[in-house]
Parts: sequence; C-alpha cells; structure tokens
Amino acid sequence: MTETDSPLSPPERPDAELMLWMFETMVLIRRFEERAAEEYMKGNIGGFLHLAIGEEAAVVGSIAALRPTDPITSTYREHGQALARGSEPGAVMAELFGRSTGVCGGLGGSMHLMDAERHFYGGYGIVGGSIPLAVGLGFAVSYREEDGVAMAMFGDGAVNQGVLAESMNMAALWELPVVFFVLNNHYGMGTAIDRASAETDLFKRAEAFGMPAEQLDGMNVMAVYRGVLEAARRAREEGQPSMIEARAYRYRGHSMSDPDTTRAGEEKERWQARDPLVTFERVLLGEGTLTAESAEAIRRRVEERIEEAARFASQSPEVPVEQLARHVYANPWSDDPTGSAVAPR
Amino acid sequence: MTTESAPAPGASAAEEPRPVSYREALTQAMREEMERDPDVFVIGEDVGQYEGAFKVTRGLLREFGERRVVDTPISEAGFVGLAIGAAMAGLRPVVEIMTVNFSIVAMDQIVNNAAKVRYMFGGQVACPVVIRMPGGAGHQLAAQHSHSLEAWYTHVPGLKVVAPATPLDAKGLLKSAIRDDDPVIFLESEGLYAKKGPVGGEDELVPLGRAAARRAGSDCTVVAVGRMVWIALAAAEELAKEGIECEVIDPRSLRPLDMDTPAESVKRTNRAVVVEEGWPECGVGANLAARIYEQCFDWLDAPIGRVSAADVPMPYAKNLERAALPQAADVAVAVRRALGR
Ligand SMILES: Cc1ncc(C[n+]2csc(CCOP(=O)(O)OP(=O)(O)O)c2C)c(N)n1
Ligand SMILES: [Mg+2]
Repeated sequence: MTETDSPLSPPERPDAELMLWMFETMVLIRRFEERAAEEYMKGNIGGFLHLAIGEEAAVVGSIAALRPTDPITSTYREHGQALARGSEPGAVMAELFGRSTGVCGGLGGSMHLMDAERHFYGGYGIVGGSIPLAVGLGFAVSYREEDGVAMAMFGDGAVNQGVLAESMNMAALWELPVVFFVLNNHYGMGTAIDRASAETDLFKRAEAFGMPAEQLDGMNVMAVYRGVLEAARRAREEGQPSMIEARAYRYRGHSMSDPDTTRAGEEKERWQARDPLVTFERVLLGEGTLTAESAEAIRRRVEERIEEAARFASQSPEVPVEQLARHVYANPWSDDPTGSAVAPR
Repeated sequence: MTTESAPAPGASAAEEPRPVSYREALTQAMREEMERDPDVFVIGEDVGQYEGAFKVTRGLLREFGERRVVDTPISEAGFVGLAIGAAMAGLRPVVEIMTVNFSIVAMDQIVNNAAKVRYMFGGQVACPVVIRMPGGAGHQLAAQHSHSLEAWYTHVPGLKVVAPATPLDAKGLLKSAIRDDDPVIFLESEGLYAKKGPVGGEDELVPLGRAAARRAGSDCTVVAVGRMVWIALAAAEELAKEGIECEVIDPRSLRPLDMDTPAESVKRTNRAVVVEEGWPECGVGANLAARIYEQCFDWLDAPIGRVSAADVPMPYAKNLERAALPQAADVAVAVRRALGR
C-alpha cells in the first residue's frame, strides 16, 4: 500500500465517521480549554494560557484535511492542535500542570506543546518564528521525495513579520509542499486587524508570490476542511504551496491575564451567534448524522475524558530537579549545569 | 520573588510624598520628556490603545495623541529600524519592545544599524533612540519568554545599556536615556514593575555610568544587576544575622560601566560576589569579575564568586524554574564561600 492509498487519507467528501470525529474533537477542545481556564484560576497552571475558544472549527477542519503524517507547526495557542492530532488529553493537561508526564515532560508548558510522534512539530512563542520551520519540514518532504504536506499555522498578527514573506517566497520559488494557514481571529493581542494590516484581506499577500490563496469562513468546519484539502492536494500533486485565510474569532482575551476591555461586547456576540460547535451540531442533526441522544453521548464521553485528564495531571509527579539540564544537548558532557544556582547543593 | 515593596536604600532620593511604582516611574519619565521635547515620541506594539502589555504607557495616548504614541504591527525588525531612521533624522523615539525576547527579531537593526551609524559614517549622524524592554524570568513563561540579554547588548560598542533596579533609577535613568545622543538599550525587569519607592522630580536625572551602593558592609562586596539587586539585599539581610555584612553595589548602567564604585568597595572588603539573572557563560557576571580582577587582584583574599541562572534554557515547570534562577540562598552560599565559611 502506498502512502496515497493510505486509509488515513482524508476523503474528498467527508463521511459520517469523519464528521462525527470532527464534531467530537471540537467539543473536546472546547471543554479541555474551559477546564484549563478553571485550573489556571486555581493556580494549577502557570505562565501564559492562551485559549482558542471560538476557533475550534479552523483548527479541526484544517487538521482533518491533512493526513496524520503531514507535519504541522503552530503558535502558543495550540492546545487544540495537539488534541486534534490525537495527543492524550491527560498528557496535554499534565504539560500545562508542568508535570513529568506531560507531552514535553513539563519543560514546555501551554505555549510549547509538541507531539513529534504525531507529526505535531510544536507550538512556539515568538510571533512568526515557527513559519519557516514548516517550510523546512516541507523542504525535507520534497528532499526525500515523499508526498507529505507541511502546514504552518499562525495568526493575523504574525502576517506582519518579515519572516512570512521570506518563507512564502522560498516555498513558491522551490515549489515546496507547504500550506500557509492564517487563522485570522481579527486581533493580535489588543490590536484589531485594521489597525495593524494595510490590507486586511490577508490571503491577497499570496498573489505577490504567484501562490494560490483562498479566504474562507473559519467558523464553518466543513468550509475549512474543503479549503485545506484542496491546498494539500495542490501541494502533494503539483508541488504548489498555498495560503489559506480562515476567518474566526477568539471569544476570550488574548491570554488569561488579558482583561480584554478593548473589544466591543456587541462584536463578540455577533461572532458567538455563529458558534462553530453549535452550527455544526445543527447541520449534523439536520442530516441525521447526529441525534439528540448520540450528541449527548459524545458530550458525556468528552466530559469523562476531561475529568480523567485533569485527574491524571494533578496526580502526576513533579519533574525531578536533578533533570534540569536533561535535554539541553543530545550528548551532555556534564549533568551539572554551570551557574551556582544549582551547583552549590 | 522580590516584588514586595521595600524602601530603596542608597541613591540620593529626593523625598516624594507618595511612593511610586517602578512602572509608573517609567510612565512619568516618558510623560515629562514628551512634554519637554516635542521630538520625543513613543512607538511599539500595543503601547497606545492597550496602554502597553505591562501598562507602562498608561495614559500617554490620551494625553499626546496618535501622532506621538504609535501602535505598530507585530514587526519588530520594521519598527525598531523605523525608529533608528527617525532618530537619524533628529527625532527622539522611545521604542517599547513588548519583552526582551522579541528584541531578538530586531537584533540586526539594533546591532548593525543603531550601534554603527555614528561610527561607520565618521560621526555625521547621531542616533538618539531609546529601546525599552522588560526581561527576566520567574513567571513560568518557559524557554522563549524568559531571557535576560544584558550580556548580549553590553557586548556591543556603540550601544549604551542600563538596567534600573528601583523606581527612582527607572525614572531618572530613562530621562537621561531619552536626552542622550546615543542609542540606549533600557532593560527593565518584569518582576519589578509593581515595586514601589520614591522617585525624583522633573529635573532630577540619574546619569548613565554611575553605580550606586545599596547597602554598606565591610565583609564582602556583592555586585548585582537589575532585579538581582533585591535578591542580593535579601541575602545580605540573612547573612547579617550570621554576623556577615555585605556591601551591595548596583551598577545601574552596564555600558558605560562605573568600575570605580565596585573597585573602591572591593579594596575595603577584599571579597566579591557577582550576581546576574542571565546565563553564566560570557555573562555580565563574568565581565564584572574580570574587571574586578584587573583592578583589585592584589586586594582580593578569595576567588570572586559568581551567581547566575543555570546554564539551561528556562524550563516551564515551577520547581525547575525556581532551581534554574538565582535565589537569595545561592547568593548567601557564594558569600559564605568567599569568606571561607
Ligand atoms: C516577535 C513577537 N512579538 C510580540 C510577541 C507578543 N505577542 C504574543 S501573541 C501576540 C499577538 C499575536 O497575534 P496573532 O498572530 O494574530 O495570533 P493570536 O494571538 O491572535 O492567535 C503578541 C503581540 C511575541 N510573542 N513575539
Ligand atoms: Mg490574531
């Protein structure tokens, strides 16, 4: 069986099983993040916690349209990416708790999840910084003459980092299999997109590189799926990178420490009226793919998984302090990091 | 952490009726300098409407308008370069980079342009730009958001580098930096924004290149940078209970560096410990130690102790982060060792 024939190849028209998976994954992400917010308030999670509540359709639709082996990179707002790629909710929550059982052994935290085994190449904290990594992952695919596709996921704010232009040019120039996926939630921290970007139709930037691009409704999981599926096909079959702009909204502040006072309540309500979970559920119920009972069963299952994840995280051991210098190098020449902060003990 | 309020010892403080936070001291400095000089403007991400990620620019947009308080896209290389160009044209930009970590994106502009234009062009232009940014760790922000880059910037001739530890210095040094005709890298500490203390008035500047003694003592000189001043003072209090009196010196400005103050102290105490929040290799502490050896070798009774962060990227887990950061107990250990105890 070749890669292309893999049963894990996303179908042209999603079947019931895939649609239900998408729905359940969106519910899982929503509930995971709501729980994470609670745990943050309780002091179980430190650092920054960025929630993607409201953006689930963009995250799930795009990842569903790739094969599980296609590498992706993301920003610090990436709990959903890890969960959609199949990382154990318990291991993700444990990472947020800074425990040794976390996906990165407690070294990364909420902003730096990674699950290399699942080809999720990580969440990064420097805006724009992860974009060229996806180009490099696409380069490796092309170098090895494989048929994978790399996807860079980033925000509307990151579009204004010079590195995006550099990355898009190289991908187009060398015909690398890359999807540039802009999750346009219309804000970079407190700055609305029209105060940061001279051209707010972000997908138009692709034109400068002769790159196909599409703007789509990021609140509609099926629209996102279709758009990314076509972009991935172009990358796989024609070696042609694309840019996809998914328009969505984050319901919460930039992070848990953002009081979120600058955005109008009316604007929030307008987006929430098109909530991606609610609208997709309605579609599935209408088609008969979902019934009131099966929807309830999904919610219950998710609830149990979240409960279990939180229990797993809180019962997991702390990272032993002796392991502080582990993983700095492949072959450390010393396990005693210089610096008397640890040396004198 | 050392964010609890304590009076700032040393430094010729003009008494103010109300203690002011380090954050507000910085705001005052910008406001006063903007009122004084119409060429001064503030630029950076979320400095206007959002009033700064750490609220240091609070009220400035309301007072001075969008012409002089400029919200930028997330384009550090772009807006830092823009500010350097504006400075070459004679304006006095005060750039806020949201945190020191993001200045790495703008490093080319800072090192290749800001630090070079005066020299490379034979003194034809000045570059009076101030680049403010908070740094440091301690909030579980992990590897990419916890940098202390004092050493990187101090390495570069053409830049001036300051790291205030008190509200009084935050205000006085920022005012000096804004009036200075050279590029000044102004390193704030996230952990100090809430710290309160007296500040100077409109015309009280703290000159660049002058260290301050924060505590007098005869047994060991502790030279500490930025937030580490407070760690050193906490250690000194502990050690005092054991009968060890530390003299704590705050360089305040790393370039130009006042070596007279620490050297004079070491010649009296005959022992020295240097404390920094950054990494140990080629760090600010290594530099301070080398300079003390050069000037005080014959007076030293023990090797200079160095306290720094552990030589690792910053981990997320709270217990690991704590272990990676210099604590007062680490300073105390280094001082005792210097005293042979
Ligand atoms: C280079 C850099 N500059 C600034 C920041 C601070 N910062 C973190 S997220 C953010 C907004 C990013 O907005 P966007 O790209 O739209 O992503 P979103 O947060 O909306 O998902 C900013 C300014 C950073 N992390 N990196
Ligand atoms: Mg955004």
